[in-house]
Amino acid sequence: MGLVPGMIKGLGVTAKSAIETIFPDGPLKPPSPSKGAVTIQYPHEKEAPAPRARGVIALQEDNCTACMLCARECPDWCIYIEGHKEKAPPRRAGGKPRQKNKLDRFDIDFALCMYCGICVEVCPFDALFWSPEYEFSEPRIADLLHDKSRLAEWMETVPDFESYESGSEAKVRKVPR
Amino acid sequence: MISILSVEIPYWGQTTFRVLGGLAAVLLPAGALVYIYLFKLMSFVQSRLGPMEAGPAGSLQLLAEVGKAFQKEDIFPRKADKLVFAAAPFVVLMSTFLLILVVPFGPDAWFVNLDTGIFFALAVSSVSVIGILMAGWASASKYSLLGGLRAAGQLIAYELPLVLAVMGVVIQAGTLNMQEIVYAQAEGEIFGISGIGNPFIITQFIGFAIFLIAMQAELTQPPFDMPVAESELVSGYMTEYSGIRFLLFFIGEFATAGVFSMIASVLFLGGWWVPGLDPDSNLFNILGPAVLFGKVMLVTFLIFWFRFTYPRFREDQLQKLAWKVLIPLSLVNIVATGILKVVF
Repeated sequence: MGLVPGMIKGLGVTAKSAIETIFPDGPLKPPSPSKGAVTIQYPHEKEAPAPRARGVIALQEDNCTACMLCARECPDWCIYIEGHKEKAPPRRAGGKPRQKNKLDRFDIDFALCMYCGICVEVCPFDALFWSPEYEFSEPRIADLLHDKSRLAEWMETVPDFESYESGSEAKVRKVPR
Repeated sequence: MISILSVEIPYWGQTTFRVLGGLAAVLLPAGALVYIYLFKLMSFVQSRLGPMEAGPAGSLQLLAEVGKAFQKEDIFPRKADKLVFAAAPFVVLMSTFLLILVVPFGPDAWFVNLDTGIFFALAVSSVSVIGILMAGWASASKYSLLGGLRAAGQLIAYELPLVLAVMGVVIQAGTLNMQEIVYAQAEGEIFGISGIGNPFIITQFIGFAIFLIAMQAELTQPPFDMPVAESELVSGYMTEYSGIRFLLFFIGEFATAGVFSMIASVLFLGGWWVPGLDPDSNLFNILGPAVLFGKVMLVTFLIFWFRFTYPRFREDQLQKLAWKVLIPLSLVNIVATGILKVVF
């Protein structure tokens, strides 16, 4: 294509794009750019994030055994775990009291977190989940350190896992409610 | 513009009237085309909505930006030549305000009716080069200096096709007076057909195209924005400017776009006159500014359309276009116009 026809074609592309944005219903209908635009006016309307979007990490505290696997695997060491051992009543009458790790502190510093999801992957007890919530910015950076009660609140926003496509060998995880 | 009011106004009153009129004539089209084209149409081209929050559909966004610029600190680089650095944006803006002087808005509505109007306009439009060089040199920054030099090279290169494109119109109209150029188009005829007068865009179409391209380069609008190429020069000669002085450069860029489009409308589209109406009727003193504004919006639409579409020229391509294409073409146009003027 020659120089000048190419340039005219380029003008046509931008004009077409503008017309499609201003008149999404066709040129004879009234213009409605807010419908034609591909963008979303964020604070007024929200885009539904994908169900497996990585928004924030939620903690199911009952499942956590303070095994520290997540804290050790975290690439930037943004998980802080403290726990102590407790005696739990025996399972059967007359048995020995069981030993159990009680979680004292479970903090994730989202100022450091890079949302790699290794902690969620590595957790052997289904205590960590991804939630698609993303609106947790704070005016103070220190407030981005979410403690275990705050992390537990995110559990409510964790969606049920969608089933994989048929034939997949992977087990569909169940979200504890 | 004074004589449309039949009352005698003292000199200070006339001056105030002229200053306010000039401010309105420069800033209103500039604001309109920044909002309509730069903010809105550009967004639509890119399938987005643009500013939506300030005012209905974001129409007060420009005021918000001005307010923001006023709040910002006016930073001077430590090694900058303070006086020259401070004065540079005003020199650029001054050339814009001088340009508006010779633009006629109606049979009696003008600021100054110079006999050499278009010559004056082309002369003062070059003053902005000095302001840009001042800004580039006084900033004491490599980016600014390179941007300033590129701008100077570009503006001087495109000054020539601009002037030569106007020559064709001047030959056809037989006058340098902007007002009489409008009359020449209103009362002219194309090879004996006088139905719609003779808007010079028809007989001087090559001149119009060259004028538009050269104008785009004079305004350093994309695709001719080598001087402010942000991927290489940060922001060219504007790099070190902030706050109100940056705003002045910004206003200068788009106000000059508006005023240059006015000159293009006067030269090629018939200015304040519309076909079918008597150019001497008093109606045009009121209707004229609106007609001119409509034509300005047409011309700036073309400018901004090119701006949204084309990627930036390389420096050598840019110079090559001016010296090897536009200038020879405009010279041919002048010769052809001269021959046809003599023959017919």
